[in-house]
Amino acid sequence: MAIIEVSQLAKHYRVYRKNAGWMASITGLFHREYNTVRAVKEVGFQIEKGEMVAFLGPNGAGKTTTLKLLSGLIYPTSGTATVLGYIPWQRSNAYRKRFSLVMGQKNQLWWDLPAQESFILHREIYDIDHDVFQRRLDELTELLEVRQLVKQPVRELSLGERMRMELIASLLHSPEVLLLDEPTIGLDVVSQRKVQGFLRHYQSEQQMTVLLTSHYMKDVEALCRRAIIINEGEIKHDGPLAEIVDRFSSVKQIHLQFAGTEIPEDIDRFGKVLEKIPPRVKLEVPRQDIPKILAALLDRYSIEDVGVQERPLEDAMAELFSRKNSDK
Amino acid sequence: MYRADFAFATLVRFLPIVTQVFLWGAIYQTTGPRDPKQINGYTYGDMVAYSLLVMVSRAFSSMPGLTTGIARDVRDGAIKKFLVQPIDLLDYLFWHRVAHKLVYYAVAFFPFAFVFWLCRNYLHGWPDLTMFTGWLISLILAFLVGFLIESLMGLCAFWFLEVSSLVFVYMLLSYFLSGHMLPLDWLPSPYGDVVRLLPFKYLAFVPAAILLEKYTHQQLAVELLQGFAWVAVLFALNRLALAHGIKRYSAYGG
Repeated sequence: MAIIEVSQLAKHYRVYRKNAGWMASITGLFHREYNTVRAVKEVGFQIEKGEMVAFLGPNGAGKTTTLKLLSGLIYPTSGTATVLGYIPWQRSNAYRKRFSLVMGQKNQLWWDLPAQESFILHREIYDIDHDVFQRRLDELTELLEVRQLVKQPVRELSLGERMRMELIASLLHSPEVLLLDEPTIGLDVVSQRKVQGFLRHYQSEQQMTVLLTSHYMKDVEALCRRAIIINEGEIKHDGPLAEIVDRFSSVKQIHLQFAGTEIPEDIDRFGKVLEKIPPRVKLEVPRQDIPKILAALLDRYSIEDVGVQERPLEDAMAELFSRKNSDK
Repeated sequence: MYRADFAFATLVRFLPIVTQVFLWGAIYQTTGPRDPKQINGYTYGDMVAYSLLVMVSRAFSSMPGLTTGIARDVRDGAIKKFLVQPIDLLDYLFWHRVAHKLVYYAVAFFPFAFVFWLCRNYLHGWPDLTMFTGWLISLILAFLVGFLIESLMGLCAFWFLEVSSLVFVYMLLSYFLSGHMLPLDWLPSPYGDVVRLLPFKYLAFVPAAILLEKYTHQQLAVELLQGFAWVAVLFALNRLALAHGIKRYSAYGG
């Protein structure tokens, strides 16, 4: 049975539209214009136990709104969803004890208190046995390398340290479902990798079901095999991450290293030059032309090394998101 | 930093009482030639005692930052953490406020005791056990009514987002309607009768009036029962506002 089941789920917001200027402000006191924003348009998907699924899309695509619906923060306009058999927006305590929501831009820790105090409050809120709590806290602080920092006020921690504390707070009650909204936003590369490594390890060990949104494709590639892509409130792709580039990218990259120290001047007639560092060059060429172009290059020039690569996931996603109304 | 702010705020709370003692002194010196001079049944000593007892009531009923805190959390999305955790928002706010008050009383007890000792000649002495018990219950009512009114205003943020004007109007009205400015038994009928039906009197007037022995035992029982009825009404309104507010909530702020 699926842990997360979403069917025909939609959320529409009524948003006030105000024109600029003081006249518009006065008019707005008596007559208001509203727009209906369809943040999520009848989406549907299922996630099985132990899956770690990336939920991708550009800003405003409806990712966070879907996570808010699944965590019970907001009510849907229509459709159904169940998580662990519960309807999220009924907000039963039994459900809230079994999942966690981590938002990269929001704190659940008390800003002026040491993280340890917030953890103890979590222990009371989630009714965690004292011994179990201590064991989990020791394990998590060890894995995330923050044991020395739990007695320091949260406001004095770096962003990376704070994010790791947020993760600890969200995992102390051993949630079966973890909803992660941009967990590495704003973090430096070292902190990002620490968080990624930890999530990979902990998820495989605990068999948690994880739904992750992130704009960092490195996170996604490091953690998820399956991706659901949402754009303009609709699901555009639901399947293996590896298929995204195949499916949505019309081009591939050819990496060449010439035998001499120079790059031929007419190289740009074979494709779009992405990077030129003599004697290396990176070309972008249409997918279907790869064999023909490779043959022509090898025939014409003395080439020491050649490689054909997919476009980076990030570029493929950018292409997909810049296309309007692309096929589902 | 926070300790200094807390200590300063605690001490500054005593300044208004000093000005009130001098103000009433000046007013009583200019009243008629009766001895002892009285205004509406209150001597100067009664007024000083009333002001001191109102200060105690307000220490229970005032809820600094409660309304604006709820509104801020709704507006910037910080309220999300309470909605996704197995915790009731109103329960949390209530116990958070109880903890805040207990710390405040621990710090303010000695300054309060010192001020009362300085003004000991104006106080009436201890009332009988029934009145004293009634006074303790009225302080709990002051806390409950103060908390429920301010949390209800905070929950209005689900509809209006900005509630600072509401807070301003409330502060203005409650200063008068709670009896903080003047004893409510000075108000003539029918205005006084209407004001005395409202819940605001529990914020300041009722506890002070009990210790000043303005009530008979029977009147005390009626006042306390009426207070608990208001608590029930305000509690129901809070629950209603929270249930409907959450349905309207759009979880702003990412």
